[in-house]
Amino acid sequence: MKIVACIKQTFDTEAKIVVGGDGQISDEGVNLIVNPYDEYAVEEAIRTKEKDGGEVVVVTVGGDKAQEALRYCLAMGADRAVLINDPALAGADSRAVSVALAKLLSEKEAGFDIIFTGKESVDDGVGQVPSRLAEKLDLAQANVVTAFELSDGKATATREIDGGSETLELVLPALISAQKGLNEVRYPSLPGIMKAKRKPLEVLALGDLGLSVDDVASKVELVAAELPPARKAGQRLTGEVDEVVAKLVQLLQDEAKVI
Amino acid sequence: MSIVVCVEQRDGKLRKITFEALSEGKRLATASGETLKALLIGSGIAGLADELKKYGVDEVAVVDNEALAAYTSDVYAAVLAAYIAQENPALVLFGHSAVGKELAPRTAAKVDCGLVSDCLAVTFADGDYLFSHPVYAGKAIGSYKVVGPVRMATLRPNVFAVAESEGAGAVVDFAPEIPAAKVTITGVDMASSDRPELTEADIICSGGRGLGGPEGFALIEGLADVLGAAVGSSRAAVDAGWREHAAQVGQTGKVVSPNLYVASGISGAIQHLAGMGSSKVIVGINKDGEANIFNVADYGIEGDLNKVIPALIEKLKELQ
Repeated sequence: MKIVACIKQTFDTEAKIVVGGDGQISDEGVNLIVNPYDEYAVEEAIRTKEKDGGEVVVVTVGGDKAQEALRYCLAMGADRAVLINDPALAGADSRAVSVALAKLLSEKEAGFDIIFTGKESVDDGVGQVPSRLAEKLDLAQANVVTAFELSDGKATATREIDGGSETLELVLPALISAQKGLNEVRYPSLPGIMKAKRKPLEVLALGDLGLSVDDVASKVELVAAELPPARKAGQRLTGEVDEVVAKLVQLLQDEAKVI
Repeated sequence: MSIVVCVEQRDGKLRKITFEALSEGKRLATASGETLKALLIGSGIAGLADELKKYGVDEVAVVDNEALAAYTSDVYAAVLAAYIAQENPALVLFGHSAVGKELAPRTAAKVDCGLVSDCLAVTFADGDYLFSHPVYAGKAIGSYKVVGPVRMATLRPNVFAVAESEGAGAVVDFAPEIPAAKVTITGVDMASSDRPELTEADIICSGGRGLGGPEGFALIEGLADVLGAAVGSSRAAVDAGWREHAAQVGQTGKVVSPNLYVASGISGAIQHLAGMGSSKVIVGINKDGEANIFNVADYGIEGDLNKVIPALIEKLKELQ
């Protein structure tokens, strides 16, 4: 079985965001991590392989630094990695990323049974790539998945919907996007880290995929980024509990008018 | 040309986000001179068209077919793409709900157009639409344009005001070819709760590590009951196993923007603030006077939540 995990390298969730003079978000001094939701995807891919055999290929679109994220996934237990790295993809939108991934997975890396992704990245948080990729590859998809099982070539996934959950049966090949709770992500072991250094990591440019710069044109353009208006500390209510509570209720009614 | 709102209904009931999207669609259509259309997809749902007319819709296109009784992204995207091919809208609006989050990008890939997800504002000026979308869960806000004839956006629930208005209100049938679904829904488990859904709630009461244990959520639930609120949780309380992840508010949980957010026993880590910072009014209750939540709370109470919350519940009950 061929199992693919798509990942993205992103800022640490503890990172403070700084907008540079050019109106773009600066990554200077920011700690980079594997997008947390993608870790669940990689973990599920490795668990599926451990149960049913096969190989796990981790793929990403990114710059040179993204190799570190791929090595981390190899250290977790993935078999090999592919990085699509091209200057034309710097600042790529979800459309461009999914075009590049779809081309890779329909030609050079064709023949997969399952693709795992995170449900969204914690940076731009749009969560478009899983659904766009599923459409481009004409796959069944289950989004925001908290439980996954594979038996007799049939996949069963439980996913979050607003106010509840839903269980789906999918015909393979299928795309599963992972939500927190799907599994407990392992830390790479020391032997895993050593082995990862020798595992294959292929770097491809757009030309290697048979794509042109026009093929991956972004359709969404950032005009400007700004920091949101900072919230200010409001009133601190002090005194005996009964007084404080009465004051709060009065303020919520008369000043804030929210109850 | 037109602005199309993709209507969301579940079990024959329209979702609140649909009224928000229609209201925003009407405001934009008035600014840009487009007509406002609504696409209603499902089985046995034609009767819902009348309710949609209240929001200034010029035309409701109804796709009523037994094969569409259960939503699946692949089939619904095919229906939408067929409608878009016929209609050539300038803008298609969805709710940023569980459905919209996957249906919009799947449709966008089929149509090959740009999509801005989770918009906090959409404006029309100088002949183009500008979309405002938070990045890093609201730690920064980006303004975006979409290149191409068709633009798509999903709108964050609870942000766009609902307003009724007049429209031509025509109802037409649309009957595209419907492909076979690639997935089968074998079970649905809706939380048996009278409480509002977290992302749609007007009021949210959240608890964190300061509750001291899972039993602490009984206090939060008591407060939520008297306020008609949803119950949320910090990541710390979810990681400790006190609450299921579906209740988590923050960068790796749900992003919410209620009218009132009451944070009890929550320190206010940057991760959590990212998920609730766009709430209209924030109340912080914490025994640690230095807690970061007090830097963003409109009203802060430094004290023992085991005393403050019961007193607050009593006071609120007096008002009812």
